[in-house]
Amino acid sequence: MSEQHIKLPEGSIEKTTTTLNLGPTHPATHGVFQNILELDGERIVSTEQTVGYIHRAFEKLAERRPLFQITPITDRLNYCSSPLNNMGWHMTCEKLLGIKTPKRVDYLRVIIMELARISDHLICNSIVGVDAGAYTGFLYVMQYRELIYEIYEEICGSRLTTNIGRIGGFERNFNDIAFQKLEKFLKEYPGVLKEFENLFQRNRIFMDRTKLTGAISAERALNYGFTGPNLRAAGVDYDVRVHSPYSSYEDFQFNIPVGTTGDNYDRWMVRSREMWESLSILEQAWHKIQDFEGAEADVFHADVPEYFLPEKKDVYTKMEALIWHFKIIMGETKIPAGEVYHSIEAANGELGYYLISDGGRTPYRLHFRRPCFIYYQAYEELTKGGMLSDAIMTMSSLNLIAGELDA
Amino acid sequence: MGLTNEHIKQRLTEKFGDQLINFEEPYGMLTFEAPRELNLKVLNFLYDDEELKFRFMTDLCAVHYPDNKGKELAVVYHLHNLVDNCRIRFKVFAPVEQPDVYTATGLFSAANWMERETYDFYGVNFVGHPNLKRILNVEEMDYFPLRKEFPLEDQSRVDKDDEMFGRG
Repeated sequence: MSEQHIKLPEGSIEKTTTTLNLGPTHPATHGVFQNILELDGERIVSTEQTVGYIHRAFEKLAERRPLFQITPITDRLNYCSSPLNNMGWHMTCEKLLGIKTPKRVDYLRVIIMELARISDHLICNSIVGVDAGAYTGFLYVMQYRELIYEIYEEICGSRLTTNIGRIGGFERNFNDIAFQKLEKFLKEYPGVLKEFENLFQRNRIFMDRTKLTGAISAERALNYGFTGPNLRAAGVDYDVRVHSPYSSYEDFQFNIPVGTTGDNYDRWMVRSREMWESLSILEQAWHKIQDFEGAEADVFHADVPEYFLPEKKDVYTKMEALIWHFKIIMGETKIPAGEVYHSIEAANGELGYYLISDGGRTPYRLHFRRPCFIYYQAYEELTKGGMLSDAIMTMSSLNLIAGELDA
Repeated sequence: MGLTNEHIKQRLTEKFGDQLINFEEPYGMLTFEAPRELNLKVLNFLYDDEELKFRFMTDLCAVHYPDNKGKELAVVYHLHNLVDNCRIRFKVFAPVEQPDVYTATGLFSAANWMERETYDFYGVNFVGHPNLKRILNVEEMDYFPLRKEFPLEDQSRVDKDDEMFGRG
C-alpha cells in the first residue's frame, strides 16, 4: 500500500503556502500570461511572472525588412489598437527620412488614432467589468467596436491587423462611407458610453471590488517606467500627445484626465474619461477635415514619390509611378544613415521606436519600447498582500496585451 | 522649460571633464558616449542634479557592431526629464568577450526587465543585477540571438519543403 503512495517533494508537508500556476492558458488572464503565485489562503505572498510565450523575434525580423515591410509587424504588437502602432511606425520613418506630411494627412491620422484608442479602452474597461462579473457591458460595447472596425475596413480593407497607411500618408483617400460611418459613430457612441459608464461608475459592487486594489503611488509608478493611463491614474499628467506633439496634436483642445490613488478604479475612470476626450478630438478633427476646400480636400499623402508607394493602377499606366514603384520595392531609394527615437501615445502608454539606420535598405537595429513590457514588472508589487481575485482584476486593468509584451 | 542641450552638455562636461565623448544631436536629441565604468555615475548625476533631474527611464537596449573591435556591444539609455520635458540618450560600449556593465536597477526599477531583455538578446552581463536570467527566450538557449553573427534564414533556399506555406 505505502509503496504506491504518491511521493511528495521534500518539505511539501511542512509548507504552509500553496503554489498556484495561473496561466499560461487560463480564461481569466486574457492572453498568454503565466503567473506563479505563492498563496497563503487567498492572500498572495509572492508572484513570479513568466513572459515570452508568444515571442516572435520582431526586432530580428525587422533587420531584414525594408521600412515599408515592417508596418505589418507593428500590427501584431498591441493588436487591440493596431492602427496606433502603424501610425507610430510611419511617423518614425518620416522623421528619419525628413518627410513633412500635409495637415489633412495629420488630421486623418488623428481620426484613425483616436478611433483606435477608443476601441482599445473599450476592450480594456469592459474586460475589467467581465472580471468583476459584469458581462453585459462587454457584450453591449462590442457593437461599437465593430463599427470602428468597419471604418478601418473602409479605409484599408482589414479589421484587426490593419497595416493601415503608408510612409508619407495613406494608400488611398477615405471614401464617403468611411465618413458616414464616422458621423454615425460620433452621433451614437456618446449615449452608449454614458450608459456603459452608468453600469459601472457608481456601482457599489464594482467600486468595492476595484477601489484600493492594485494601487501604486506616483513615485513608484514613475520609477517603474509606467506611462499612459496607468501612470495618469497615479496622478502624473504625462501624455506624449501634449509633451511632444506629433501629427498636429497641438491643433486640438483636450484635457488629460488624471487619478489620485493609481488603483484599479482610477485606472478604469481615467480610461473612461479618455474616451470622452478622444470623442471630442474626433469631433474637432472631423470639422477640420470638412474645412479643406478645392485640391486640398483630396490630399491624402505627402508629395514624396521616392518613399510613398504609388497606387497600383498608376504603376500599370504611368512611367514615373512604375519607376518609383520598382525603386522602392528593390530598395534603390536612398535612406539616410542616422538614429531616431520617436514615440507616440499608444492606448496603453508611450510606444517608442528606436531606429538605427546605416544607410542600407533595412534598419540596422530597431527596438520597440513596449509600454506593457515595462510596467508588467510592477505586477508583483501591485498584488503582494492582496487577494487572488483582486490580482485578476489588476491584471486586466493594467491593459496587458501579450503580443506587445513579448514582441 | 529652459533646459537646453547646450546647458546639459556644459553641466556634464563640468562634472566629468573629457571622459564623455562624441556629443551629437541627431534629430534634436542630445547623444553622447560614456566609458562603461562610469555608466552608473553618469546616471546618478543625471538623476540627482538639481537642474537636470532625468528621473524617468524611457528605454534601455543594446546594439551590436561586430566591426567595432573592442567596443562591439553598445548599451543605449534613453532618459527623460518630465518636468522640463527633455530627452537625452547616452551609450556605453563593452567588448563582446567580456560585456560587463553595471546595472541600473538600483536607480530605476524599470531597468530590471529591460536589462534582462538586453542580456537575453545580446548577452550583456549587468553586474549586480538581482535576477539576471533570460526573459523572452527559453532558458536552455546558449547563444544570444540578436547579435549580428546569427543571420536570418536565407529566403532563396530551395532545400526546404514549404509548399503548404506558399513558398514552394
